[in-house]
Amino acid sequence: MRIHRRTLLALALATGLTAPSLALAADDTIKIGLLATFEGPFTVLGEDGERGAKTALDEVSGMVAGKKIEIVKGSSDASPDSAVRAARKLVEQDGVKVLVGPLSGDEGLAVKDYAKTQPTVTFINGTSAAQDTTLRNPAENFFRFSTDGAQWMAGLGTYAFNDKGYKRVATVAEDYSFPYTQVFGFMAEFCKAGGKVPSKSWVPIGNKDFSSVIAAIPDDVDAIYVALGGADAVNFLTQYQQGGGAAPLIGGSITVDQTVLTSKGKLRDVLVGTPSAGPTADTNDAPSWKTFVEAYKKQPGAFPSPSLFAHGYYVNMKATLLGLEQVGGDVADGGAKLRDALSKLSFDTPTGKVSLDKNRNAIADIYLTEVTEGPDGNLLNKLVKVVSQVNQTLGIPEDEFTKLGAVSRDNPSCP
Amino acid sequence: MSILDRPSSPDISRPKTSGLEISGGGMTRRQAWGLFWLLAAAVIAWLVFAVWPDWLNAILISKKAFVSAILNGITLAGLYFLVASGFTLIFGLMRNVNLAHGSLYLLGAYIGYEVANRTGYWLLGVAAGFIVLALVGVVMQIFVFRRLEGDDLRQTLVSIGISIVAADLMLAVWAGGTYQIPVPEWLDGALTLPVVTAVRSNGVSVFLTYPLYRVVVLAAAIVIGIGLWLMLHKTRVGMMVRAGVDDRAMLSASGVNVHAVFAIVFAVGAGLAGFAGVVGGSALSVAPGEDVRYLLASLVVVIVGGMGSITGAAIGALLIGLAEQIGLVYFPTYGIVLTFVIMVVVLSVRPQGIMGKAR
Repeated sequence: MRIHRRTLLALALATGLTAPSLALAADDTIKIGLLATFEGPFTVLGEDGERGAKTALDEVSGMVAGKKIEIVKGSSDASPDSAVRAARKLVEQDGVKVLVGPLSGDEGLAVKDYAKTQPTVTFINGTSAAQDTTLRNPAENFFRFSTDGAQWMAGLGTYAFNDKGYKRVATVAEDYSFPYTQVFGFMAEFCKAGGKVPSKSWVPIGNKDFSSVIAAIPDDVDAIYVALGGADAVNFLTQYQQGGGAAPLIGGSITVDQTVLTSKGKLRDVLVGTPSAGPTADTNDAPSWKTFVEAYKKQPGAFPSPSLFAHGYYVNMKATLLGLEQVGGDVADGGAKLRDALSKLSFDTPTGKVSLDKNRNAIADIYLTEVTEGPDGNLLNKLVKVVSQVNQTLGIPEDEFTKLGAVSRDNPSCP
Repeated sequence: MSILDRPSSPDISRPKTSGLEISGGGMTRRQAWGLFWLLAAAVIAWLVFAVWPDWLNAILISKKAFVSAILNGITLAGLYFLVASGFTLIFGLMRNVNLAHGSLYLLGAYIGYEVANRTGYWLLGVAAGFIVLALVGVVMQIFVFRRLEGDDLRQTLVSIGISIVAADLMLAVWAGGTYQIPVPEWLDGALTLPVVTAVRSNGVSVFLTYPLYRVVVLAAAIVIGIGLWLMLHKTRVGMMVRAGVDDRAMLSASGVNVHAVFAIVFAVGAGLAGFAGVVGGSALSVAPGEDVRYLLASLVVVIVGGMGSITGAAIGALLIGLAEQIGLVYFPTYGIVLTFVIMVVVLSVRPQGIMGKAR
């Protein structure tokens, strides 16, 4: 009983001490929700996304317009329902008015739909890159300062057909919206150039054993286009090497990303020379990129070079902070001023200028790359070419582009 | 199998079945099944060894895809069997659904990775995976499960707790990265099997190649399966274990130190999970989340095969492994459903599992 009473006293004291400071905190701090995959098959990717966001925050020493930024983390496992659950927790329990995330394609679609039910909260994308997060049926309060999966493929299809001379390519990709978007972006150019894609394999996310999938790829293709991420990519590549994989590979943006290139094992035999495209290139010489890499490397556990997740979260967090700075950190009006500022925002990132289109999707530079071995034995994405200011419709007029149909397992098709 | 069965079958089955079957001239039920299996074997042999006509290639993508899916299903079954056999042994004897079994797999894989990487000897990694996890198993049995003896529900809940804590601890130590345990040179590379997958237009046959390492995994699973069977059926400890599975109270009443038997079984079960972790981590990869995956796989395998039966675990693993791989190749989107359809069917027809005993 005595212990019980003492506990009560301690509790009362603690409440008395913290309550005023909480009330005080509300005035001079801004809470930003950070939603990423801190569990499941994309854990490494989520962790690097957080490093990117923290890099942007460190640039301003965690302060915007005289107010302190408080980051509240939410964790998902790459499934749409987990992302919505985490977003709900951040918005409805922690009361964030600004949310940065999520990381993965299907998560983006789900969070966009959730955003429609929370018009006073401003959602800024993490790295989710499904096309229809912004192209069809967008949400007024969802902004994407990173580009989508089809934009990331700009230049790759033509390069594979003309420079590499691949005429027939098979694709292997995960079975959800982001890889659909990537395959769409690749095939849009590749098929137009005259290439053929006789076989497309869609595998469930988190699949471990790819050897049956590898065996089902036709023998008569010139190359295999692989759009898998994280552990899935590592598994596929290892088993492809073990099975004596003969055909050269073409990489999706996250397949030859630092999250995969740095994993331990015998991947390098099959990876060196693989062309790919994406929003970053490891050997980019631009001073702004180099400054970013140095700042990024100060984060604990950083990769030799930031992955595209670090980059995407950095760009989106940076945009958020710039927007908040412009409105003096004031989100008391339900974020209307902030959203107005964000939609007009145009700024220089480590990878060139970024601005938004009318659907609040980014227009930005895309980098065509090839995997090489760096001076200290690390695998790096060597910059081949910059495709400047790619928009979401890949340069095609919007009405023509939407006629191509929504991305799916079967669209596009050129067997 | 069939050669062994034949001499004994007439003596045992005839008197039983002849009484049941009214039509005198027909086959016995056993003979009908024999004929069925013979036909099935012939069809499979033809599918594997013959050169396929075009219509069959059109239906099943290609012979290479089909045969590879079957082979992969069997090797995956080998891996599942290694994990599930420990699970089923522990359940059979102690009535303890050890939901931390997946964590044992993952911990074994990480330990195997560390040892193999530091010493440069893969076999040392495999041995370390088995031995360390066997010790962990004994510690778990003595310090956790023995204290909760006879309280099945509490044991199960504690094991869930252990698995959650272990998953976070492993995430803290090894981070979220994907590890690949390097396979030694002499196990690396591909094997050319005497199976013709296609004939080129110039008449040259294309043979099927298959990773050597996977064949080794399968061989290891078979050897361990036979070893376990021998241990259970030919040794004194095995006799005690089997007696314990049937009636634990009677066993301890007849003067056997039940706790020692429990510790041995827990050590073997946990050790096998660790062993499977290293072997599986070399074939596939090691990453957080694998613990839940293998726990789920062994749960399904054991439910299908029958709780507490080694033969059941082998049959269950084979069914689930094949279903997973065939599903992945022919209907990837709905492949996962196939596994659970098998489980539902087995549960509705034979709730105790294929080889399980009704209690």
